[in-house]
Amino acid sequence: MSDSAAHQREDDPDAEPASGPADADGPDAADPAGEENRPDGEPTEVSTGAESVVAALEAAGAETAFGVQGGAIMPVYDALYGSSIRHLTMAHEQGAAHAADAYGVVTGEPGLCLATSGPGATNLVTGIADADMDSDAMLALTGQVPTEFVGNDAFQETDTVGVTRPITKHNYFAGDADAVGDVVGEAFELSRVGRPGPTLVDLPKDVTLSDTEEAPGEAEAPAGTDPDPRARQDAVEAAARAIEDADRPLCLFGGGVIKGEASEAAREFARAYGIPVTTTMPGIGSFPEDDELSLSWAGMHGTGYANMAITHTDCLIAVGTRFDDRLTGGIDTFAPEAEVVHVDIDPAEISKNVYADYPLIGDAGTVLEQLHEAIHRAPDADEWRERCQEWKETYPMTYATPDDEPLKPQFVVEAFDEATDDDTIVTTGVGQHQMWASQFWTYTEPRTWVSSHGLGTMGYGVPAAVGARVAADAMGEPDRDVVCFDGDGSFLMTMQELSVAVREDLDITIAVLNNEYIGMVRQWQDAFFEGRHMASDYNWMPEFDKLAEAFGALGIRVDGYDEVAPAVEEALAYDGPAVIDFHVDPEENVLPMVPSGGANGRFALAEDQL
Amino acid sequence: MSGEDAAGMPGPAPDERPQPEGRRNLEGHRIDPVVEAEHDSRRAVISALVEDEPGVLARVSGLVSRRQFNIESLTVGPTTVEGHSRITMVVEETDPGIDQIEKQMAKLKPVISVGEVSGSAVTSELVLLKVHGEEPDKVHAIAEMYDGEALDAGPETITVQLTGDESKIDDAIDAFDQFGIIEIARTGQTALARGNIPTAPGEKPGTAGEPTTPNTQ
Repeated sequence: MSDSAAHQREDDPDAEPASGPADADGPDAADPAGEENRPDGEPTEVSTGAESVVAALEAAGAETAFGVQGGAIMPVYDALYGSSIRHLTMAHEQGAAHAADAYGVVTGEPGLCLATSGPGATNLVTGIADADMDSDAMLALTGQVPTEFVGNDAFQETDTVGVTRPITKHNYFAGDADAVGDVVGEAFELSRVGRPGPTLVDLPKDVTLSDTEEAPGEAEAPAGTDPDPRARQDAVEAAARAIEDADRPLCLFGGGVIKGEASEAAREFARAYGIPVTTTMPGIGSFPEDDELSLSWAGMHGTGYANMAITHTDCLIAVGTRFDDRLTGGIDTFAPEAEVVHVDIDPAEISKNVYADYPLIGDAGTVLEQLHEAIHRAPDADEWRERCQEWKETYPMTYATPDDEPLKPQFVVEAFDEATDDDTIVTTGVGQHQMWASQFWTYTEPRTWVSSHGLGTMGYGVPAAVGARVAADAMGEPDRDVVCFDGDGSFLMTMQELSVAVREDLDITIAVLNNEYIGMVRQWQDAFFEGRHMASDYNWMPEFDKLAEAFGALGIRVDGYDEVAPAVEEALAYDGPAVIDFHVDPEENVLPMVPSGGANGRFALAEDQL
Repeated sequence: MSGEDAAGMPGPAPDERPQPEGRRNLEGHRIDPVVEAEHDSRRAVISALVEDEPGVLARVSGLVSRRQFNIESLTVGPTTVEGHSRITMVVEETDPGIDQIEKQMAKLKPVISVGEVSGSAVTSELVLLKVHGEEPDKVHAIAEMYDGEALDAGPETITVQLTGDESKIDDAIDAFDQFGIIEIARTGQTALARGNIPTAPGEKPGTAGEPTTPNTQ
């Protein structure tokens, strides 16, 4: 069993360093492939490993890459020179990973990010982990020190394959120049088949510099990784009977509905049988929130009516969700009277957190159509639908705007929603602002809500806006607006990517809901730590409007209600990146709230109910 | 909402709302109306046929540790098929836990097939045991009793090799304890199914890359 990279390299006669050991000293010592080695327009002809890598990416349909240069990845960048792939140089590799992730979410194609070895690769890690938790298709290419130096603690060496093993769907150490293109093509395809997820290929510099004439073949996912889209028919029939017989049926659409391009099938399914719909947070946009059947999204900060419905349903039709703890609250009180129909492409999600009475393993859209064919009569749910409507009236999503209190952040979200079209893409960081952006914006289309769910990565918003903008432009939709709601804390983590937006002239609007707190932590401290604001109160923040101007973006500061609409209008009309620093009420809390591990049906409507 | 006295959002407080009476157990099973017993953990032997590529052992052991599966032993070795290895794991888990291990392992790209080895499988372990050498005759007698073999004998220590299933090995170790065990090394259990039954379900030795067919529905 060859469990070390070293063993494999011994077996690998093709992995000879093509350039001197001085390469390990960084870019200055690099010996990039010469001009004559570049592709001459014929994509299948290659002369180096790096050219094979780029040929594989082009053949797989990659159009855009986000990355940061560096010593060990230089040969790949050199081969990108003159490629059809558009490359955006990001300020930081984390930004490259988030931008690629968001690009993938918006386009439905795998995002692509590049970084050099060592710190370049480790800076990608947060973004890769984020994509892994949210099942986003993404390929990361990392440079690596030449194979003969691997394991010697060479300059900028990190065991990238080891570091990223638990946060990728699969990763590869490409030790063979003749096969490197095929490996990259396979990794690209693997990221999107079945349950999507990030893949990574680690590219030693000698391999990418090495001579090879082996052009990549047609890219294919590894055998056994592209599952059967259809669920077993007997299981479908059994689930269909359960749905027909339900008194209180409820659909729960997760992110898998969007990733499986099943939003249309999901809408038809719910409407055909009049089944009320709630979504998970990643499932936002799978079902229009302005539809009468929509109860918006459920979970910790979900609507009261969604959480009442999910608590009282007797048949939960869950599609493409992994029953995350932020959705379920305490497992003992989650949909406690429901038979669960669970549709998922990943068998390992079946009965992982919530027991599935009717497991349906398959593609979301395909299985919904199978169910549609198998159901012969709609469940008798008039009374249940009325109850759901009553809950909407009993627990409306409202907020107060007293004259003697500062600007409310929810008002800002609603103002943007009113000023923009339905196809507007919203990105966020993580925290209170993210919750308000999801609660007070009415989402109607898939791939318009771009956020960090599972990992909860503060700082996701700005690089995601860059990726989303580039994606919309690449799709030929330059008129779509991209709005990033960010918190002051989140913005400080990745705002350097604003430099990319200015340099590349990207039309994005960043709305910082600035409360000078790590607001969600402050809210929890007030609720659970007797109000001790340890390390959550910034006390001082830079002036983000002026900072934006220094970057070359439009900067606006807003303090009062009257200034909101004009500022929103000006920023949206501005052709380029704009930042509005909204100084909002620092004491505002996100409600409703199900305390961690609590019962969804016992959501708090005020802080003193926690 | 702001300040201590603000009302928050409208609607009945948690205690004023109807709550369902049903519950789920920690494994997500509905307790009501069908009472599902809590699962006890049990010992299971999991066998996986894997592609012998760099990092495959790290992928499997990393999966086991990350998902907090209780593992007793893990052995690995080549098969007669070029490029294939067999990994045998002994785990102590509930039925849903064992199900999760199999499903999560099946998702690893180098895993060709994986499954629990049936209870009647042939299992065996090899142990090297070093004891004090003051009573060589007695040591040799006990070694013989357990079909063991002395591999090294000197004036101070005797090293014995034993093979067998878990209960035999445990009994032997107890018997050698009287001499004072200086060092011990165990390989962990390895296993094969009896007769014509494939050791991992759906396993087709000799068909490189043949995918697992999960039998989960």
